[in-house]
Amino acid sequence: MLHNSPALVPLLLLSTAISIPVLAIKKAKVAYPLAMAASLLSVVISCYNVFRVWGNGPLTYHFGGWFPPIGIEYVLDPLSSFIAVVVNVVAFFVLWHSSGIQGREIPGKSVPYYALTLLFLCGANGIIVTGDLFNLYVFLEIFSLSMYGLIGIGEKQAPVAAFRYLIMGTIGASFYLLGLGFLYIVTGSLNMADVRNILPLVYGNPAVAAALSFMVIGMGIKMAIFPLHGWLPDAYTYAPSTSSALIAPIGTKVAAYVIIRVLFFVFGVKFVSQSLPITDLIAWLAAIGILYGSVLAMAQKELKRMLAYSSIAQIGYIGLGIGLANPLGYIGAVLHILNHAFMKGTLFLVAANLRKRFGHSDISRFDASYRKKLPWSMAAFTLAALSMIGLPPTAGFFSKWYLALGAIDKGNWVFLAVILISSLLNAVYFFRILEKVYLAPPPAPAAGENLSPDGEKRKGSLIGEEEYSLMMPVVILSFSLLLIGLWNANIVKEVIQRIIPLGM
Amino acid sequence: MTSPEIYSSTIPLYAVLVSLIAAPLIMLSSRHAILREFWTLAASIIKFSLVFMLLPGALAGRIAAFTFWEISPGISLALKADQFGVFFALIASGLWILTSIYSIGYVRGLKERKQTRYFASFAVCLSATIGVAFAANLLTFVFFYEILTIATYPLVIHKETKIAISAGRKYLVYTLTAGALLIAATAWTYRIAGTLDFRAGGLFGDASFSPAAITALFLLFIGGVGVKAAVMPLHSWLPAAMVAPTPVSALLHAVAVVKSGVFGVVRVVGFVFGPALMHQFGLNIFLATVAGVTIILASLLAFQQDNLKQRLAYSTVGHLSYIVLGAALLSPASLTGGLLHIANHATMKITLFFCAGAIYVRHHKEKISELDGIGRVMPWTMGAFTVGAVGLAGIPPISGFVSKWQLGLGSLQAGEALPLAILVLSGLLNAGYFAPIIYRAFLKTPPVPYEHGEASYAMVIPLLITALLSLLLGLNPDLFFHFYRLAAAVSGSILGGIVP
Amino acid sequence: MTDFIFGHYVYWSIIALLIIGLYGMIFKNNLAKKLIGMTIFQVSIIMFYVASAVKWSATVPVLDPVTGVVDAAKYISPLQHCLMLTAIVVGVATSGVAFSLAIVIYRHYKTLDESVLMERMKSS
Repeated sequence: MLHNSPALVPLLLLSTAISIPVLAIKKAKVAYPLAMAASLLSVVISCYNVFRVWGNGPLTYHFGGWFPPIGIEYVLDPLSSFIAVVVNVVAFFVLWHSSGIQGREIPGKSVPYYALTLLFLCGANGIIVTGDLFNLYVFLEIFSLSMYGLIGIGEKQAPVAAFRYLIMGTIGASFYLLGLGFLYIVTGSLNMADVRNILPLVYGNPAVAAALSFMVIGMGIKMAIFPLHGWLPDAYTYAPSTSSALIAPIGTKVAAYVIIRVLFFVFGVKFVSQSLPITDLIAWLAAIGILYGSVLAMAQKELKRMLAYSSIAQIGYIGLGIGLANPLGYIGAVLHILNHAFMKGTLFLVAANLRKRFGHSDISRFDASYRKKLPWSMAAFTLAALSMIGLPPTAGFFSKWYLALGAIDKGNWVFLAVILISSLLNAVYFFRILEKVYLAPPPAPAAGENLSPDGEKRKGSLIGEEEYSLMMPVVILSFSLLLIGLWNANIVKEVIQRIIPLGM
Repeated sequence: MTSPEIYSSTIPLYAVLVSLIAAPLIMLSSRHAILREFWTLAASIIKFSLVFMLLPGALAGRIAAFTFWEISPGISLALKADQFGVFFALIASGLWILTSIYSIGYVRGLKERKQTRYFASFAVCLSATIGVAFAANLLTFVFFYEILTIATYPLVIHKETKIAISAGRKYLVYTLTAGALLIAATAWTYRIAGTLDFRAGGLFGDASFSPAAITALFLLFIGGVGVKAAVMPLHSWLPAAMVAPTPVSALLHAVAVVKSGVFGVVRVVGFVFGPALMHQFGLNIFLATVAGVTIILASLLAFQQDNLKQRLAYSTVGHLSYIVLGAALLSPASLTGGLLHIANHATMKITLFFCAGAIYVRHHKEKISELDGIGRVMPWTMGAFTVGAVGLAGIPPISGFVSKWQLGLGSLQAGEALPLAILVLSGLLNAGYFAPIIYRAFLKTPPVPYEHGEASYAMVIPLLITALLSLLLGLNPDLFFHFYRLAAAVSGSILGGIVP
Repeated sequence: MTDFIFGHYVYWSIIALLIIGLYGMIFKNNLAKKLIGMTIFQVSIIMFYVASAVKWSATVPVLDPVTGVVDAAKYISPLQHCLMLTAIVVGVATSGVAFSLAIVIYRHYKTLDESVLMERMKSS
């Protein structure tokens, strides 16, 4: 039982995902508790794994008893176990939140929604734990296909957004596969550790450079790094809010993880930063993406679309951290995977709450009554926004802090300036909303106008918001931003610094 | 001098936390005005007592320190109540008590809305200010500095009018930009020095720099702390922020926020760069020039303001630069004088703001041109105003004279005559822009008789206390709080053995 | 030079397929044609893997009593083919999802033409 714990989470999620449609054939209601149970269990197991990795060092599991490089190997090292916890925890909160929201957003589709969500998480967990490059591709496709589904079940425009993403995503995945083909031809192995050992012998071979470029471009599309981000805004905007809350924190982060894994743990830091300066390219593109995303976010009128553009900018932070290719940048990137997952999770969930309560998330219509009706959600939004701006003691400050240190270490003042300017731009577009939500006087209610169908006569409960399952996940997620911020040094020292890639 | 003994203590922690704990209590008691005010007062008194407990230790060279935990590998969130910190914390927390009493009178007198948010933000601001005062290293400083920025924002926009909101925007643009610069400067310092712990005389040790790098770093720092210190050309948020309720202007824009800025300037000059580096690269000359220009320009601009609070705001801008000038001159007397001016300007300016608020609450007058003969119906208030104004002009026996004397002495010690000339000129200008107000208030006859007299006791008593304090501190600067001894000790520790 | 060109003719044709597929995915206006492009694109990658496994004078990787196990070079590497079986399955699944999305789009907007679709999306 214990020795196969690396494989446990993906398999658990996969089997639940398959059994949900079967078990829920008669009673659609079972889908939610089943999904919650699986998600909770995966949170527990992945937390347990972190502590085991912490105590005993990396865990491996060999499928079918075949040892690598022949068999498929699952590896839990500090990095993968950490990212797995991030993904599973955020997913758990989104799933919890979904119980109150899916009835409105995707009526009658709860069974496919939960099945797809678990499949999506299975893919994410698989990508994270696998130590085999082709296995990664398979999980990537499981992950992507379920993501297309999750986007496609949204409003009328959603299938179009999903279709576009499918085209782009398939190009990305196929590029990865193509790159892997080159890599396999020169090394004859698919196991990450094995490839890493063989690669130094063949660094000179142009096929290695081709493999690297294809893999990075492919995953860059999935990660939506500028200028490969075209699919993202529509997909996030038109997807049901509960799906965007799942995809935004997890989808692109997993791709970022793959890039970190492939660049630093397969190809090696020296090769990607010196022989073939691909990290420099990533860093510059990311820096442009940060500014581009922030500026466009300022121009958006719709909350979810604004958050989508802001995601492009935030992904830029991760890209920048990767591109710096020094320990501090790496710390910043990995920490920002955690921070951004929590921040964007919170923000998208609040957007979902707004849509549920008011039927829209159009920024120009926000006013102070929104805060009165959703006091906790808006408080959570404020906290997450402050974290996005990067004010201490929230988590967002510290990712910026490490990235700034990394940029200084690298001696690149442009990157430092970009990091700081973008936090000001973030302030502009978040305070625009906060100003409205806290200060704009509500319009005088016109006769017969009632935005939410069952609106005004609800019983105000003690906590101010009536739906517990809509409020609690948001509050907990945003509050944990403070905790992450205050105790980030523990995360950095105990988890991230334990696996600084060799050669940094 | 002997190196100070550092001992671990939780008092600095509690001093920071008291008002932070009070904030949620205030929010929870949003329906009960009395309870809310009780929390505020209780927190302010406890806070002041805690800080006061640290005073004897600081005077004896025993420094209380508290370290939370690491917030970034190698850098801890740490508090250290050194002499300078205690000095600033005493001023801020002591005046908070008076401001709290005054605020209660003010918001009741005007029947302000959203009093809960007002008192809660105020409490958080004070926590952040004490945090800034006790910060043991730059990162902790940045930490509390940014919290202060955000916690002040709700107070600036308190009135929720269009002007208030746009003032709030301006405030945020300035201070957040400053915060970003400060973060950059901190990160850079860490990469160069490998430490962020404040050390009297400079933390860089033997690190070597190119002149360009150190100038750039210094500019980043001054950009970071200079905004809150309202050094020109970074000052324009301060007059705009005067739309805030008067107690906010009084405490935050004369004591806590802006003084955090000048406190930061002194920290940067004395505890990050240190006199040796400042002299070596001519940074002190740059800083002194900026401060000198600010003093003169701000005094001139103050003449043009008809709005009483605006005039006080420009006066504040000028007086803050006295302190910056004192720090830039880096001579024993100038540093002592500059530091003393933190305390003296605080008591005097808060008196003036209190008076402006009292007039506004009772008579709804904001403009100087409308104040003809108001001294006749508000003799106590305008008497206190006169004390403050005379003190700011640097006329004995009010405390402003003491600090200005020390500053003048310091500029001679530094071998510079120009700063002395600036101080004298600025004193004249100060007298010039305050005299008309006093003249109008006492000697002119009101066009229409005033309907009301003095404001409520809750407002008049605090302003009389601060006026009295200004007078007493002028007679004996070492009274009660030993401000003089503390200031002299800080300047001694900064200058150490280095004779400029 | 000619050797380089003709010797790698398999790869040239694969590259040609790849480009045709990519062109179809990106520049074709009709969603169905995009999907055709996608299939071509995926097939070209499958061909690439299979071509990389080609080995003259070797046999299928089934244990042959004549050849024995001693000379492994006499067998074609089975791995690429296995990988591509998986990739084909993945490709089929992707096409399935894509076509169902296309059907949904057609139901909503009564068109598969992207430019018309854009207009109808805006007007709705």
